[in-house]
Amino acid sequence: MSLVHEIDYGTPASKSEKLVTLTIDGMTVQVPEGTSIMRAAMEVGNQIPKLCATDMLDAFGSCRLCLVEIEGRNGTPASCTTPVADGIVVKTQTERLKKIRKGVMELYISDHPLDCLTCSANGDCELQDMAGVVGLRDVRYGYEGENHTKLGKDESNPYFTYEKSKCIVCNRCVRACEEVQGTFALTISGRGFDSRVSPGMDESFLTSECVSCGACVQSCPTATLNEKAMYNIGTPEHSVVTTCAYCGVGCTFKAEMRGDELVRMVPYKDGKANRGHSCVKGRFAYGYAVHQDRILKPMIRSSIHEPWKEVSYEEAIAYAASEFKRIQEKYGKRSVGGITSSRCTNEETYLVQKLIRGGFGNNNVDTCARVCHSPTGYGLSVTYGTSAGTQDFDSIEESDVVLIIGANPTDGHPVFGSRLKKRLRQGAKLIVVDPRRTDVVRSPHIEAAYHLPLRPGTNVAIVTAMAHVIVTEGLVNEQFVRERCDWEEFQEWAAFVAEERHSPEAVEKYTGVPADAVRGAARLYATGGNGAIYYGLGVTEHSQGSTTVIAIANLAMATGNIGRNGVGVNPLRGQNNVQGSCDMGSFPHELPGYRHISDDATRASFEALWGVGLDDEPGLRIPNMFDAAVEGTYKGMYVQGEDILQSDPDTKHVSAGLAALECLVVQDLFLNETANYAHVFLPGCSFLEKDGTFTNAERRIQRIRKVMAPKNGYADWEVTQMLSNALGFPMTYSHPGEIMDEIAALTPSFAGVNYKLLDEMGSVQWPCNEKAPEGTPIMHIGGFVRGKGKFMLTEYVPTDEKTGPRFPLLLTTGRILSQYNVGAQTRRTENVVWHPEDVLEIHAHDAEVRGIRDGDFVKLDSRAGSTSLRAVISDRVAPGVVYTTFHHPVTQANVVTTDYSDWATNCPEYKVTAVQVSPSNGPTQWQEEYENLSRTSRRIAAE
Amino acid sequence: MSHNSTEKLVYMANQIATAFAAQKHEAAVEATRTHIKKFWDPRMRSKIAEHVAHGGEGLQPIAREALEGLQAPKAA
Repeated sequence: MSLVHEIDYGTPASKSEKLVTLTIDGMTVQVPEGTSIMRAAMEVGNQIPKLCATDMLDAFGSCRLCLVEIEGRNGTPASCTTPVADGIVVKTQTERLKKIRKGVMELYISDHPLDCLTCSANGDCELQDMAGVVGLRDVRYGYEGENHTKLGKDESNPYFTYEKSKCIVCNRCVRACEEVQGTFALTISGRGFDSRVSPGMDESFLTSECVSCGACVQSCPTATLNEKAMYNIGTPEHSVVTTCAYCGVGCTFKAEMRGDELVRMVPYKDGKANRGHSCVKGRFAYGYAVHQDRILKPMIRSSIHEPWKEVSYEEAIAYAASEFKRIQEKYGKRSVGGITSSRCTNEETYLVQKLIRGGFGNNNVDTCARVCHSPTGYGLSVTYGTSAGTQDFDSIEESDVVLIIGANPTDGHPVFGSRLKKRLRQGAKLIVVDPRRTDVVRSPHIEAAYHLPLRPGTNVAIVTAMAHVIVTEGLVNEQFVRERCDWEEFQEWAAFVAEERHSPEAVEKYTGVPADAVRGAARLYATGGNGAIYYGLGVTEHSQGSTTVIAIANLAMATGNIGRNGVGVNPLRGQNNVQGSCDMGSFPHELPGYRHISDDATRASFEALWGVGLDDEPGLRIPNMFDAAVEGTYKGMYVQGEDILQSDPDTKHVSAGLAALECLVVQDLFLNETANYAHVFLPGCSFLEKDGTFTNAERRIQRIRKVMAPKNGYADWEVTQMLSNALGFPMTYSHPGEIMDEIAALTPSFAGVNYKLLDEMGSVQWPCNEKAPEGTPIMHIGGFVRGKGKFMLTEYVPTDEKTGPRFPLLLTTGRILSQYNVGAQTRRTENVVWHPEDVLEIHAHDAEVRGIRDGDFVKLDSRAGSTSLRAVISDRVAPGVVYTTFHHPVTQANVVTTDYSDWATNCPEYKVTAVQVSPSNGPTQWQEEYENLSRTSRRIAAE
Repeated sequence: MSHNSTEKLVYMANQIATAFAAQKHEAAVEATRTHIKKFWDPRMRSKIAEHVAHGGEGLQPIAREALEGLQAPKAA
């Protein structure tokens, strides 16, 4: 193996379809109009020397190394900023050019520290390379000049170092921060010899506005900005292309290795979701994979009050299987079940649901999509016919109006957030529907045309009011609706939304959003060109989550914003493989490919291949599992890679359910909170240690590739296979590729997917089958999957979680950039420097009347429970609304959330909890009791 | 919400019925019935059927009508 080298063409590709022919160094070249001469030269393999140019950034023309000569033109223009023209004859290497370039390099080197042998970028330095390329053998100005080393280093960022003396003022980092990331945190300060990159106003990187996406580090041609791992380990010697295991964007990375040690994760330019960009989590926060907290040996115990006992895999698996068999014999076939993981691969989730359906003989299988995007599955399935988003991420480049509802992409899906901001800087308009003023509402060079700060729980009212405006003001795309949708259902819907009670003026009293803003937003979405909707858990995690998804689908159909680039309905999926886990049949009512378990023909095809009869009744969903456990009819559970105790709502009810189980098997990297109630612990392995595929939010199936051996001995799919075999349901796969072949054989939308295709294409978006052998980037082109698009009525029904004198505030929860969900991974990385604890955002007015100051410890009470955490005074939330995250088990924010849930899917209503906030001087009784439980439950007996 | 399982199932059935209530009555009843059949585990359907058999207290008319026409689930 060797390093995967990507060609740097120096400037971005032109999108022009018109071709231009020119001659470069005697070779005829044909490239799209608008291409730079530098890029055209690279297309034929002639690499023009460069320092300030890179194809991730627009041409800048400052370094003066890339000069060329053009016949008939004066001077030596920079090839990066000079576009090609028909018939020109270019020379990239002449005596004159050589002399100029050497002179330029002498100037660069004249004040550069010549400590190459001990430099962290030794062997990975473009300045070093260019010195060689131009044949620099001496510097006429001598070597005794200023080298700036006394300026020292900024090591405040946990992941990279800023070595000021190495800066050559190429501006690549500044431009990357602006053009790629869109944060505008960097600038060049000083003049002449004092010029160098500066985070903010000469602040440290840590205290600046830098979000640690790594784009500056990636773009730096020297050691000025370099990963600390490069200092500590050295340069990598081979790399493997793989997929990030954090959010649903699904960024492609090169895992750059030295032996089996991961040196760094470098975003891959050919990654079709991220296009060479990254965020602080995927780029840097992988240290959890080698964290000392990882459990590498299986453990068992007969009671959660006993310490764990380390055992062999054989013993742990045999114990788990015997317990499940015992329970089923005593309490019935449907008394056990399991949960697949949206963190694990498609192949692994497929195997877990196969084990449950075939090995347990029931359909009690669910996944964490239950608590995030199950309403998306339901809502888009009934209206369009497919439980998935309609677009690819590239589609944003053609959007004219972007409507974001209940999503915070710059924190939750940062790489998509950067791509979105880039499009907004190009002129697309933005509408944000969110109770909070998220970063995307107003940030450098971005300002939403409309921010509708609705009261939590009133999404349906707002979206239906937008539909009211579109229908009553004659903004419906009637041609689209007549051709593509059921016209009768549309008419019924149009009459419904046109009722005065759905007008912006009528709903203002409970949404809190001024009617004229709703009208303006609706008009903009309907008439502003390509309108794209992106939404997140702020839509789904409500008692009317599915209704809002349906209302969104209605809105897109009514305006004709479906079935082409730049438009669509796009759920921003939370976890790396939440789309895949749903695709793979993780829901209790459907087999892989979203086919209901009661369908005889579908069931028969699985029965034939699996060699076992299947139950035709739907199984329990996660919240139903807890209810059944408390009730006593559900007694055993296999949980792969999900921390349900911390992530699911109404923690006390969840813990009561888990405590009632007679056998809980947890398979995870760490002894997570759920494992406090487990009887068998099976060690999990990280995404670096196994092969498989993830499917991202755009239905893109991508390979993850093993770069090191599993530290626990087995990949997760192998452990599931062992358990299945012990249960008497044989599995004999020798590689995940064989599992994918089985998935393809049984799932029409995956029929064309196999590892060979993925290796050849890099990735593919389902459906991928005979009709679409190279996948389907955009859904519903020319017609909906279900036939005619279905308009459905969306009556607003207020949640039963009401504020009142005891609980006068509304709590809404979410996540932030540096931490990820329950924090099991990110809390075990340096990311804790940005978010060491969950805090409660509260408006100054609400804080003042309660005597709460910024930073005070406060008690957060709801009807479900209490916790305590620090308060932060913030004007991001409106008066009457408070906000927190759920990243830290010490806080256990879900002790407070209730078990109200979506009517269609039981997706919990995390986003609306009536609470009271009061000053506090310490943890609540629950927090203290839970801390004690955790301490005793995590004991491991000495051998 | 109550953690009493029967009360919770009644609440859930009413939620579903309310979601479909804007439709014509027959359509709302049918949609509610289909939804429960499609997504509820047999023990949940058996429990609510038992509750309906004992009078179905707390059920809204659409939910009650939907459940009265729902077939009992098969045993495992």
